[in-house]
Amino acid sequence: MGSREPLVVFEHVGCSYGSTNVVDDVGFRLDRSDFAGIVGPSGSGKTTVLKALLGIVEPSYGSVHRCSDVRIGYVPQLETIDWTFPVTVFDVVAMTVARPRFGRLARSERRRIGDVLDRIGLDGLHERHITELSGGQQQRVFLARALAREPELLVLDEPASGVDVATRHEILHELADLHRSGLAIVLTTHDINGLAAHLPRIICLNRTVVADGPPEQVLHPYVLERTYGAPMEVLQHGGMPVVLEHRGHGPHIARRPGRSA
Amino acid sequence: MTALELLEPFEFAFFQRGVVVATLAGALCGLVGVFVVLRSMSYIGHGLSHAVFGGAAVSAVLGVSFFVGAGVWGVLAALLIGRVSARSTVGADAAIGVVTTASFAIGLAIQSRSGAVSGSLDTVLFGNVLGVFRGDVFVIVVVGSAITAFVFAYLRELTFLTFDPEVARTSGVRVDLLDACFMIALSATVIVSVRVIGALLISAMLVIPAATARMLTDSIGRMVWLAPALGTGFGFVGMYASWYVDVPSGAMITIVAAAVFGAVYLATDVSRRRVVAALDDHSVAA
Repeated sequence: MGSREPLVVFEHVGCSYGSTNVVDDVGFRLDRSDFAGIVGPSGSGKTTVLKALLGIVEPSYGSVHRCSDVRIGYVPQLETIDWTFPVTVFDVVAMTVARPRFGRLARSERRRIGDVLDRIGLDGLHERHITELSGGQQQRVFLARALAREPELLVLDEPASGVDVATRHEILHELADLHRSGLAIVLTTHDINGLAAHLPRIICLNRTVVADGPPEQVLHPYVLERTYGAPMEVLQHGGMPVVLEHRGHGPHIARRPGRSA
Repeated sequence: MTALELLEPFEFAFFQRGVVVATLAGALCGLVGVFVVLRSMSYIGHGLSHAVFGGAAVSAVLGVSFFVGAGVWGVLAALLIGRVSARSTVGADAAIGVVTTASFAIGLAIQSRSGAVSGSLDTVLFGNVLGVFRGDVFVIVVVGSAITAFVFAYLRELTFLTFDPEVARTSGVRVDLLDACFMIALSATVIVSVRVIGALLISAMLVIPAATARMLTDSIGRMVWLAPALGTGFGFVGMYASWYVDVPSGAMITIVAAAVFGAVYLATDVSRRRVVAALDDHSVAA
């Protein structure tokens, strides 16, 4: 397997739920060096694209090629997690690790899970119930679960949804560190200014790929209007693009233009 | 009352069989109930127990084994539920409602047309120590052992499937197969327990031990031991008490279970009660 081989390739992919087409003719590729954010309005098909990538949703046409034996770690939206479920931090991560039938987790595996949790800043919290954690710690638990599979590609659905600014920064720095260590990352987000604009690559989606490239190319009023269906302005602040939404009399910072598909 | 008098019911073989089956059924319902409760599937358990009534009526009329009649009927009902709910116009809850109540109605119709089988059908409805035969003990030991082995062998996968089915699927868990196996285990649990607990009350035994255990622990690893232990206690005490108060065994087992649930509920603080309230909100994969 060559390192230049893409991890995932979407070729003219369409997905539908019943008779309703959710995404049409989606095409892009993810390489080992990628750190990409998929942005788009509510109903644009972001989550569906991630599910097609993971193999949870089968395309109604087109194909999703995954590099053979590629290991993918998935972090779902925290809003979909049942926080009252009777599991500890350690239990959540241990779910992904195979063990002998009727047997306990091997000591080496327990140590490895402990190391993953410690590395990600959850040392001392292994036996806590998942509801006894802060928002940032909760996000880290599911990041740790994904990392315990030693993935080559990390997939995150709305990792910044419902978290405060400080936690969003924490998540962004954590992901940047993981990317620097050689992990390919793709995520969906509503947060253009707080998250997507800081990523090396943005894929704008509105049922199909509207634009795909670095923020300085993609965050353009024409692209954003085609993506969100509303006029937007892009300013430069401290060398970073800042997207402003036009609402009524003046522009507003476009932090959360919509909800997830 | 002397100690000898307390042991009096155990002089009878039918009571010994009843206690063994009630105890094992309580343990089995407690174990399977952990996943029924955490997946908010109690309505499916309730529905399956009603569907079994139709099978029991048919097997009584045809003179075939209850386990054959109820087993075949239960599988057919489960397949029909799956087929009806696969049509997007009818949800799974409506499909369960239609199929299982229709099955129950067929059972009632057969019972009213065939007076000879009404005794055995009352046993299926309400549970009766007199309805437990030697073969029932053998069946519940074999089926209970198989289901217990399945749950503990696949505990990690079942937990993963219950907690997060999509991620379980992407992590290599064969979600559809495991789901089907669990449904078979649930149906088998209902069928082997129904004669002692009763079709109308069995969903209580699928829910109460697990829900009580949930209030007492935050670990599913402890829940899968605690819920069967509670179910065992409810089955034994309920069956024993039914001898003295002369009510159907299923009713007494349920009353004992509900009383313990109530006591635990009152003894725990508000945050612990919230986890029981949240059991209704869990995402259902089934």
